[in-house]
Amino acid sequence: MEIISRKVEQTIEIGQAIGEAVGGGEVIALIGELGTGKTHLIKGMAKGIATGQDDEVTSPTFTLINEYEGRVKLIHIDAYRLENARQLEALGFDEFCEADNVVVIEWADRVWELAAEFEPIEIHLEHAGPTERKIRLDNLPQAMAEKLMCFN
Amino acid sequence: MEKTLILGLESSCDETAAAIVDRGREVLSSVVASQADLHEKYGGVVPEIAARAHLENLLPVLTETFDQANIHPDQLAAVAVAHCPGLTPSLLIAVTAAKTLAWAWNKPLIAINHVHSHLQAVMLEQSQQCFPSVALVVSGGHTSLYNCRSPLELELMGRTLDDAAGEAFDKVAMILQLPYPGGPSIEKLAQLGNPKAINFPRTYLKKGSLDFSFSGIKTAVLYHCRGQNMLGNNRVATMSQQEKADICASFQAAVTDVLVKKTVTAAQKVSAQCVILGGGVAANSYLRKQLQIRCEKLKLQLLVSPKKYCTDNAAMVAGLAWHKLQANLLANLDLEPLPHQA
Repeated sequence: MEIISRKVEQTIEIGQAIGEAVGGGEVIALIGELGTGKTHLIKGMAKGIATGQDDEVTSPTFTLINEYEGRVKLIHIDAYRLENARQLEALGFDEFCEADNVVVIEWADRVWELAAEFEPIEIHLEHAGPTERKIRLDNLPQAMAEKLMCFN
Repeated sequence: MEKTLILGLESSCDETAAAIVDRGREVLSSVVASQADLHEKYGGVVPEIAARAHLENLLPVLTETFDQANIHPDQLAAVAVAHCPGLTPSLLIAVTAAKTLAWAWNKPLIAINHVHSHLQAVMLEQSQQCFPSVALVVSGGHTSLYNCRSPLELELMGRTLDDAAGEAFDKVAMILQLPYPGGPSIEKLAQLGNPKAINFPRTYLKKGSLDFSFSGIKTAVLYHCRGQNMLGNNRVATMSQQEKADICASFQAAVTDVLVKKTVTAAQKVSAQCVILGGGVAANSYLRKQLQIRCEKLKLQLLVSPKKYCTDNAAMVAGLAWHKLQANLLANLDLEPLPHQA
């Protein structure tokens, strides 16, 4: 599925729809350059998962992992500073990927070897204009795809 | 007056650190694993991101801390540890060590908020009166404004909604293909550039808001270098050093403008007389200078952490712990690391 987000606010809405459709156990891989809206998409997901903390969703580039409690637990990982999949493994990635958690990885291409083992939902983000972003979603569960139809 | 020595431990991010501080001000020793040549001396590893590195560094760091201070554990009044916020597996190392030492040595345990302790760094090795004040903590992981009535009474007034300021420095350095860490690289090159060369956006958010947003300026720099919509060529490889310097200077000026404006707005809002600046980005000379100029104009006293205590260290942890010890705010041995702020 491919969606064009017109602006940041819409990227957050798309993230919220994804968050509303997760049930736990999902691994979501975000792949896209700097400034394509990865963190904003996750802000939306936090809203959809009803963490009540979507304001607090910030980039974990330095802290590597942020955790937010909601309907399910949102584990927000940023692989920007990781050099390889082994380092993600060292952070206890396997332990995060369980039924009560939704694990979202920014810069998943940097740790693809490990992320791929969990057959993640893939979200590719690209610059398509000053505020427009092209968002391609692959390996979507049916319920999530239906939820996102309205943006298509 | 009798000494009150506190051992502080810190492992919330990349640095493994320990320090011994007397009464919140006098630093007897402060050792940080990523700066000392411990790995040569002890044959250990260069700190990396995993908790395993903290584990490997902790004992050599502790040994060095006691050696430098030349004291015995019996002389300690308490053991303190940064237990939040940060990466749980990393925090766990110092927390577990602190609990073990407090139990084995029969000393009180004190739990410290890492971000709050960055503000305590301004008081190390100084004698000024710092409160009440408004404090800006600005680093790779945090950009927060506090209303501080005392070392223990901090009220959050604003924070970043997306990227921290230090993260923006690092990402812009990556765009410009400058060496890591990005903050010092940008500061150095910016000295040769014109801060008015490019008018990068200053994001102030809603009127009166004391929150920050630095993801937009990062994208603005990216577009400046790669063409609008990323459709142009990546010019970075062929840019002159002067053009890169101008981008660095203009970016640094834009980030600084926002930090300075919001900080003095916060100070005026609560009628603070004093402004405190802490965190890794507080080592940036341009930010220090601009904030100093603005504070002088408004007759606000500015207190800045000594540069060596701007980045993560344990002296600030032991420093803040002294105030908690006096207030009898002690932790139990079942203390757990918290990824978020307590």
